[in-house]
Amino acid sequence: MQPGETVMDAESIARTVRRLAHEIVEHAGGTERLALVGVRRGGVPIAERLARAIEEAEKQVVPVGSVEIALYRDDAATALPDPKIGPSRIDFDVTGREVVLVDDVMQTGRTIRAAIDCLLDYGRPRRVWLAVLLDRGGRELPIAPDFVGRVVQVPGGARLEVKLDDVGFERAICVRSATT
Amino acid sequence: MTRPFRHTHLLGIEGLEASDVAQILDAAEVFYEVSRRPVRKVPTLRGKSVINLFFEASTRTRTSFELAGKRLSADVVNISTSTSSVTKGETLLDTVQTLQAMHPDVVVIRHSASGAPHYVSERVGCSIVNAGDGAHEHPTQALLDAFTIRRAKGTLSKLVVTICGDVAHSRVARSNAILLRLFGTEVRVVGPRTLMPSEVESLGVKVFDRLEPALEGADVVMVLRIQRERLEGALLPSMREYSRTFGISPRTLGYAKPDAIIMHPGPMNRGVEIAPEVADHARSAILDQVEAGVAVRMAVLYLLAGEAGAGPGTQG
Repeated sequence: MQPGETVMDAESIARTVRRLAHEIVEHAGGTERLALVGVRRGGVPIAERLARAIEEAEKQVVPVGSVEIALYRDDAATALPDPKIGPSRIDFDVTGREVVLVDDVMQTGRTIRAAIDCLLDYGRPRRVWLAVLLDRGGRELPIAPDFVGRVVQVPGGARLEVKLDDVGFERAICVRSATT
Repeated sequence: MTRPFRHTHLLGIEGLEASDVAQILDAAEVFYEVSRRPVRKVPTLRGKSVINLFFEASTRTRTSFELAGKRLSADVVNISTSTSSVTKGETLLDTVQTLQAMHPDVVVIRHSASGAPHYVSERVGCSIVNAGDGAHEHPTQALLDAFTIRRAKGTLSKLVVTICGDVAHSRVARSNAILLRLFGTEVRVVGPRTLMPSEVESLGVKVFDRLEPALEGADVVMVLRIQRERLEGALLPSMREYSRTFGISPRTLGYAKPDAIIMHPGPMNRGVEIAPEVADHARSAILDQVEAGVAVRMAVLYLLAGEAGAGPGTQG
């Protein structure tokens, strides 16, 4: 993948989300105790899209929350104040649930470690799964996703961006230079 | 939040811009949510140290700062003058420099002398937070009041806020007036002439000497504490007369807007500056202020104890 290149277009994202939704329901054994929690900010619209796909397929509403990981970062002392911080929102009891953490892009694993810490401050889920739309490798912690949209190779120093808007996935995903 | 906090210390509302206040209040919204979780603690300031240095008695402010620091996982040490070397004759500067040698990240100071936190801030390397200095400023109280008003009214602009009581001795009134004027809110002060500072108009407030016109159309009624022991006989004929003339009762509250909220920095003298029915009224925001206090102080510690100039978030 080179800077500027499209990884997934709107159609392939929609297809991938539907597939991930089916996989999640199958592995969680249904929707009864299922909940989705998006990692702010990129994971939140993906989690909402997954919830809609599950509702369309299963006719069941799955609760969706979000976690803000800035306060749990292992570099908080040097990275503060983070300009993008916002509140976490989990309006349901996570205790005993099958919770799927959702993020858009996974790389080092540090974000997910922070997200797990944050989630556990809300209660004790029966199990925590991890779903990511894109896994670009480069892990620095032993954390692996349970559900992956696509694995991509990205040059070092480049970023993967998932460009979404409020109504859906109208924009594609691109690889671009970290400096642009 | 849109940019790193540009101040090293929080010494007063004076010197802050509206955008600085908004940044603190926006951060406080995040910590307000943290304080309502089952586990009310985040690891954000792990490894940082906060010293609460109180030269004046204070339970609620000190507890609020202590909880704020602990909920951010900072190491918090409380020092009060009754147990410190101040009782042995050590100066303020010596005390703070001794503490400085222990490398705290933030020192929170309450002192009876106006300007004490400013004096210290020019002579130490850590961040200083003013937790009340004489009759000068009490910035975190004004910020938590603003947070409470913003949550109740949705804005800090174009409101009418009436501050009632002992304005002359109140650092709370002064800090609140400065803050609210930053947002273009009309601030009225009302109380006996003996408890009104002579230069009070310079704060941009409207001065009243009768309660009813001061409360007419108010969105917020902010009641100040009357210090019985200090004022009775000297500046006030009697508490009974004060209560009848300037105490907020259900009758006088009727002059404010129907949805006006009632505030008080505490501790209250029920039946003196505020009637018990008003203190316990459905529109009383007094306990909301206490809750907001922890969130606002978490935000202040968070913004001061972090290193300025955050880099872009890492992809992970």
